[in-house]
Amino acid sequence: MKKLLLGNEAVARGAYEAGVKVATAYPGTPSTEITECIASYDEIYAEWSPNEKVALEVAIGSAISGARAIVSMKHVGLNVAADPLFTVAYTGVNAGLVIVVADDPGMHSSQNEQNTRYYGMAANIPVLEPADSQEAKDFVVLAFDISEKYDTPVILRMTTRVSHSQSIVELCEPERQKLKEYEKDVSKYVMMPAMAKARHVAVEERMKRLGRDSNTISINKIELNDKAIGIITSGIAYQYVKEVFHTASILKLGMVYPFPDELIREFAAKVDRLYVIEELEPFIEEHVKGMGLDIHSGGMFSIQGELSGNIIYSSITNKDLELRPKADIPGRPPVLCPGCPHRGVYSVIKKLKLHAAGDIGCYTLGALPPLEGIDTCICMGASVGMVHGMEKARGRDEAKKWIGVIGDSTFIHSGITGLIDIIYNKGMSTVAILDNSTTGMTGHQDHPATGKTIKGEPAPVLNLVELIHAIGVEHIEVVDPYDIERTEEVLKEEVQREEPSVIIFSRPCALLTKERKKPFVVNQDKCRHCNMCLGIACPAIVRNDKKISIDDTLCNGCGLCANVCRFNAIERLVD
Amino acid sequence: MYVDLMQLKGWLIKMGTTNILIVGVGGQGTLLTSRIIGSLAMELGYDVKLSEVHGMAQRGGSVVTHVKFGDKIFSPLIEVGKADIIIAFEKLEALRWLHYLSDTGVIIVNDQKIDPLPVILGIAQYPHDVLDRIREGSSKCIVIDALSIAKGLGNDRVLNTVLLGVLANQLDIPIEVWLKAVEENVPSSTIEINKRAFMEGYNQ
Ligand SMILES: Cc1ncc(C[n+]2csc(CCOP(=O)(O)OP(=O)(O)O)c2C)c(N)n1
Repeated sequence: MKKLLLGNEAVARGAYEAGVKVATAYPGTPSTEITECIASYDEIYAEWSPNEKVALEVAIGSAISGARAIVSMKHVGLNVAADPLFTVAYTGVNAGLVIVVADDPGMHSSQNEQNTRYYGMAANIPVLEPADSQEAKDFVVLAFDISEKYDTPVILRMTTRVSHSQSIVELCEPERQKLKEYEKDVSKYVMMPAMAKARHVAVEERMKRLGRDSNTISINKIELNDKAIGIITSGIAYQYVKEVFHTASILKLGMVYPFPDELIREFAAKVDRLYVIEELEPFIEEHVKGMGLDIHSGGMFSIQGELSGNIIYSSITNKDLELRPKADIPGRPPVLCPGCPHRGVYSVIKKLKLHAAGDIGCYTLGALPPLEGIDTCICMGASVGMVHGMEKARGRDEAKKWIGVIGDSTFIHSGITGLIDIIYNKGMSTVAILDNSTTGMTGHQDHPATGKTIKGEPAPVLNLVELIHAIGVEHIEVVDPYDIERTEEVLKEEVQREEPSVIIFSRPCALLTKERKKPFVVNQDKCRHCNMCLGIACPAIVRNDKKISIDDTLCNGCGLCANVCRFNAIERLVD
Repeated sequence: MYVDLMQLKGWLIKMGTTNILIVGVGGQGTLLTSRIIGSLAMELGYDVKLSEVHGMAQRGGSVVTHVKFGDKIFSPLIEVGKADIIIAFEKLEALRWLHYLSDTGVIIVNDQKIDPLPVILGIAQYPHDVLDRIREGSSKCIVIDALSIAKGLGNDRVLNTVLLGVLANQLDIPIEVWLKAVEENVPSSTIEINKRAFMEGYNQ
């Protein structure tokens, strides 16, 4: 049977067909749908883990104990999981372990553009790279075979365009996998120096064997055509190449690490001019150059952003394509949704002229004008440690002008440890948790404080107030962010406090509640055109020349605009 | 009605690869439209690729979905200047993506205006001549007030199905095939209103 599947759905299908028993993940664009989709298979245990490190560790536990496991994350998630990653390469697996990492060239939804291929190289782990949904599924199945044959974890590197494109996939019956025997083996699974030294040798031998076998593996293949041009490529770049050079010869690498040196030499010998076409850093190119081969595309492509058929065509043929110019019009950056509970908090932060160490989530959008509510965004969890660092650097008086702002999912992911630090090292910072009862930015995933598992089953609810109290925070306030007066009052009070405090702004994401309340309208007789309401950056508020009105198809009836209007000119619509 | 799929494919092959770009504002429901076209093209025996936007841009940003079908599709992305049809759910977005339209392409524009943040803030102006510029830059431009039609039917969310109807009229695929695809892809409680929305668009 054939089906149109997203690359991510195809990975999930591959996991099912490969007989995976345990699937773990922390959400992150562009990887999220993999595990959401796996959760629909009754045969597979699936979980949202609190963060990627835990997710990988759970998967390692499953694999070592004898059941196939898959773990999925976005590229920056692998930084969080890097500690177990480097050492599971030493221990090896037992049953198969596949680590799916989705990179985001072009940074559609990410804070950096890192390249997971280098992780494979640094950690001595083979890296497979599918180019469409069919390959995504097939490569998962193959990755499990490689993992067990060579006793190694395997990285499946996806990119946004493979993860989020749909193409046709031929479905197969699932393999039945028996639990493998688990045997206690301290020399293999307890990585203390004496054992690790021996395992490092085993790792090197395994990589040599893999390197040799990569010359004949089915997914590294030469498509011999016109020999004037020979292109080495992989992943989505292969598709762009095929689109523009129908007749070129191609060496397509399905496994980009370790490198198939013999195959590369064989290919290079057959073609007149050799090109390497890949997104981001010249990973393959540098290696091929290091082999002493001449490359015509050296430095031809930007390290930043994505490739396209047009870019490849005009670079290789050295022809300027006469493309139509883009229209010069206002941009449309993403914004907080109408009714978003984060909006009120930011309008108060702005009013009080506070600085905020921010974090990652929908609430990062509050950094943009006009709210301009946060000063920094580095990585998940950073806000809490950073606000503490600012206090230690600039003193307690300065600390009264700063808060940390973090989402509920992000707090559980990696904010907790920062808060423990504030208590332990006698800080006095205030941390605001914007608790919208979901992982919003990635499309509404459950987490330990939502009371539901990934399969939608009821789960114990992590009680944030009790948890934070147990860490040692004495002053905890829970505030409804729709209540602007109370929000202001509490923020003012807590930043002044000479002790650490946490404010939990609690109100579910506006997109979670399907019912729309009656929209608001502007009473034109009362409106004085002061533009205060524009300051909250609600997409439903429209200005035509001077006239302010509210788009009733966008308004979700939260009433924040009515709250900030000093002339009571914004009223709820009555029939 | 029974439709002979192979015969249909024969009609369509005349068009070679069909490239459809669907653009709009995050949250407007563009994904459903592309998925309906995709499943329909696959059923007709074509190779199909769709490329979607998930994540950050879904929060009110500019979003685009690429739909390609034909004998063999490699890249899931349509290149600048290669779209046969653009369906724009919002008119400024129509102008933003207009350079993707081929010289002979058709652009379908929902006559709706959603102010982007820079306009709301007064840093930029929503261009007053959007439709004129689109008409000037395209060989064929169809403008429709799909939002009013959807509201008239009693549910502004069926706007995407109205636009699907307009698109259907531009492609050589029998209407029964479309209606079946609509039926299979919308929640069962909304099948009737979606079919009516489709017909409203189709008959424009
Ligand atoms: C290490 C890492 N993992 C995952 C992500 C993707 N990601 C960005 S924000 C976010 C969570 C946001 O949830 P929350 O903190 O509850 O804020 P909300 O979006 O709901 O406002 C995730 C998972 C990331 N940027 N970094």
